[in-house]
Amino acid sequence: MGTNLAVVVALVRRALNEITRVPGAAIPGVLAPTIFVVGLTSVFGQADRVVGFGEVDFRTFVVPVGFLQAAGFTGAATGVNLARDIEQGWFDRLLLCPAPRLTVLTGLVASAALRCLLPVAFLFLVAMAIGVDFPGVDGLLVALVLVMGLASVFACFAVALALRFRTQQAAPLMQMGSFVGVLFTPAYAPKDLLAGWLEVLATVNPVTLVLTGARQGFVGGVTWGDTWPALLAIVGLVLAFGALATRGLRRYSG
Amino acid sequence: MTRVVLALARRAIRANLRKPQFLAPLLIFPTLFLAVNVGGLTSTTSLQGFPEVRGFLDFQLAGALTQSLLLGGVSTGIASALEIEGGFFDRLVASPIPRVAIVLGRLVAAGLVAGVQVLFFLALGLAFGAEIAGGVPGVLVVLVIGIVAGVGFGALGQAIGLRARNASTVQGIFPLVLVILFVSSAFFPRALLSPPSDTISRFNPLSYLADGLRDPIISEVSWTPVLEGLAAATGIAVVAMGLSVLALRGRLRDA
Repeated sequence: MGTNLAVVVALVRRALNEITRVPGAAIPGVLAPTIFVVGLTSVFGQADRVVGFGEVDFRTFVVPVGFLQAAGFTGAATGVNLARDIEQGWFDRLLLCPAPRLTVLTGLVASAALRCLLPVAFLFLVAMAIGVDFPGVDGLLVALVLVMGLASVFACFAVALALRFRTQQAAPLMQMGSFVGVLFTPAYAPKDLLAGWLEVLATVNPVTLVLTGARQGFVGGVTWGDTWPALLAIVGLVLAFGALATRGLRRYSG
Repeated sequence: MTRVVLALARRAIRANLRKPQFLAPLLIFPTLFLAVNVGGLTSTTSLQGFPEVRGFLDFQLAGALTQSLLLGGVSTGIASALEIEGGFFDRLVASPIPRVAIVLGRLVAAGLVAGVQVLFFLALGLAFGAEIAGGVPGVLVVLVIGIVAGVGFGALGQAIGLRARNASTVQGIFPLVLVILFVSSAFFPRALLSPPSDTISRFNPLSYLADGLRDPIISEVSWTPVLEGLAAATGIAVVAMGLSVLALRGRLRDA
């Protein structure tokens, strides 16, 4: 158990080292969610004047979407980095060590859960600076837990793709998964204002529950009724995509 | 020279066709963004200051096209960086071909891909109820502006790829694509943009490019936006090709 934990910690530390070692590759991922939120606000900010949008201003409404985007970008980056390690042969060498495969996967996913806090923190500071309302300590904590969980989900998805394609060229596919997951929700407007087809998709998309949970502190108060479905969605998604990644790893090493 | 350029262009296209799953994001990403924008913000056409349009989809098509063409540039950059990483670039340099053909070959391919991108989005729009108000001349205008812009963005991507020599670094410019799009009028009318996009968009060539692509879709072809769009696309292409050649020279010096 202790040895496995050491492997996980070593892999997490290696992933975190990459932020300082290859800043050219890491910085865009840190900036992207903030760019996304500030850009969206700048472009579609007047959308909150549409009848039915409610009292919340557009900036506050989309900050939690940026948090979820941070989870998506970080998850995809984990997959891209794994694909690079596969291309360069490092991952094959890693698999030669006597650590259980699940430990290797846990290390990769845990690194994504931690790394996503960097873009989230940056976005949060910028959001506060431009006048977004503070979501309360409870709202912020719930949002952070959900974002870390979602980063793990997207990391599992991206790892499965990296193991399947074994090339960095699969990066857009990895990013696409998070894009669909996060934006086919009431990301830009309340559900009632969405076009009919998007309203249906948003209803069946489990990430909508995560977004509602992460957004609650920003648009009102934290309630257990909005929190537990989000947590349940995260657990279900981690199990589903974790199984996919585990299968990919088994096939890769088999 | 022409033979070499065409051979390299053919190779680039073949590489794209061999792995269409990597080319597909050029179409799929902007399509998804188009779907999300249209689905989420369709009621914004009722805002005061929004130009007369049949629907939000008609308005958004030019934004999706501009985004797709920019992503084409990123894709070209990644392909160039991968050629360096994989050693093919060094083998090309060792062969007795004009150096500039290395740049031009990939740009011819980028232009062809851009043509496909334009036709794809126009067909997509028509399939989902948009109308090309400018008719066949409008389609041709969009095609010309799109191809020129596609070559320009391809050259820009190539310049970055040649300098970075690393595919993951080129991939990292993806957020930058969003930045320059967000500070343009690609997705929303200039009159309704909020600060700082409202100010920056006036100086952003992408605004003129998007407006030039949009005009034939939402109205009869009118000269001013179309010529401004073409001028923006040409300007980007000329500057970016210059940068690409400079990057190639730098790379050859280091080789």
